[in-house]
Amino acid sequence: MIEVRGLTKRYGEVAALTQVSLEVRSGEMAVVLGPSGAGKSTLLRCINRLTEPDAGEVRIAGRLVPNDRRGLREVRRHVAMIFQDHNLVPRMSVLKNVLTGRLAVLSTFQSILQIFPVRDIEIATRALDRVELLDRAWTRADRISGGQQQRVGVARALAQEPRAILADEPVASLDPKTARVVLSDLRRAAHDLNIAVLCNLHQVAYAREFADRVFGICSGQVVFEGTPDGLTPGTLQRIYPGLDGDAAEGLNPVALLAARATRAAEASL
Amino acid sequence: MSSGNRFLIGRPWNRSSGLRRVAATAAVVVLLGWSAAHLGLSPRELVKGAPWIWDLLSRMLPPNWAFFDKLVRPAVETILIALWGTLLAVLLALPVTFLAARNLSPSPAVFHFVRQILNVARGINEIIFALIFVAAVGLGPFAGVLALSLHGAGMLGKFFAEAVEEVDSGPVEALRATGASSLQTILFAVVPQALPAWIAATLYRFEVNLRASTILGMVGAGGIGFELYSSMKLFQYQDTAACVIVILALVMSADYLSSRLRARILEG
Repeated sequence: MIEVRGLTKRYGEVAALTQVSLEVRSGEMAVVLGPSGAGKSTLLRCINRLTEPDAGEVRIAGRLVPNDRRGLREVRRHVAMIFQDHNLVPRMSVLKNVLTGRLAVLSTFQSILQIFPVRDIEIATRALDRVELLDRAWTRADRISGGQQQRVGVARALAQEPRAILADEPVASLDPKTARVVLSDLRRAAHDLNIAVLCNLHQVAYAREFADRVFGICSGQVVFEGTPDGLTPGTLQRIYPGLDGDAAEGLNPVALLAARATRAAEASL
Repeated sequence: MSSGNRFLIGRPWNRSSGLRRVAATAAVVVLLGWSAAHLGLSPRELVKGAPWIWDLLSRMLPPNWAFFDKLVRPAVETILIALWGTLLAVLLALPVTFLAARNLSPSPAVFHFVRQILNVARGINEIIFALIFVAAVGLGPFAGVLALSLHGAGMLGKFFAEAVEEVDSGPVEALRATGASSLQTILFAVVPQALPAWIAATLYRFEVNLRASTILGMVGAGGIGFELYSSMKLFQYQDTAACVIVILALVMSADYLSSRLRARILEG
């Protein structure tokens, strides 16, 4: 669904992405792991061209993401994005924020008068129901909690009825409980609605719990691709260079238990 | 332990910076003294003139209460001039707001061009505009309304554009990412964020316009200013006092109402 080939982006001297290629299938929750500044955000933003890549190509459902305005809008319609800071419009109701996911199919005339077709309102309502916030529909978006705001962000993405969702560290500023709720929302969306989800994360544990597939990115290059089971201490040290051995084991519950057991056994001898 | 006091307000002085500061202070003092002499600022003249001021004030008292009846119409006209002046200023300012906002303007050239036009409109005083429009459309409140709208459009255009520049770019980007058009992004992400500041600026503009429209009448552009001016010309100082009281009441109630409303809007 999302095909990335040879994507390259430089910021002056700094290579943010170097020849990145990856593929995310429909109905799959793919997670991108990597240290801060590894190029995770740049990767996502180059896919829907919020950032202009220097080289490489991106295909959504087999169609090349074009450069021209009209074509780009058409592609963006099918590729929703979720942001770390949710980026809801404050002072606007929750429902209207979700409805902004329908703007691409709304005429200019309807936009000026702010009239939405009943069909679009139904889609938005269903999206809001999916994240269990239907009862907050008429609350102002800046009057709900951070976790709820991010779930509205998810609902806005779902209201686009997208083929793909790009989530840029959607849980970075949420507490662990809320973070897991948001990630479950995303995983369910991928599986139930057959959406390709590409999600940047900082926490290895969440990747283990929620990802179908994991991409490890370091210094703008893909250094790992595989299932969460493949996140061994060795792999983690490749994704996060300089991460010391114990910590890498700590990020792998099985390895940690094994290491502890070994140490305990050695001590008792 | 040493004792005594020491200034520690700015950076410590050394010899050369100290000399520069002394020279600069001396220059400012000389300039102010020279300009005061040139303008004829003189406390002695003020003291000498005090009896005349007192004389004028005593002639104004008591205010001519009967004159209030005649001031109702001009007072209402003053309010309506301010209202329409504000409304037209908003309508003139809105379309150029997005061209005059750095973050949305199609090009720096357009931005600077529109900003310059707004600067000109803002730079010309309402009274000067009123003189021009009185010549163009004749005596009366219409000239006053036009003067307030043009000057006000220059003010509001700048305020509106600055409010747009301060909008959080996150939601704007989020809507662009949904495939929304530029116009849709403005309507759904920019306007809702800028609206409270726009309303506050408009209310403040109404306040200022009301104050301005109390003197527009002096150049024949309608409102209570005409009564004020003619009563003074006719030495009817008790009528003048009535005018002043009505003007004060108008201005103070507009200030009060608009600041209350603005506070409510800005707190959400």
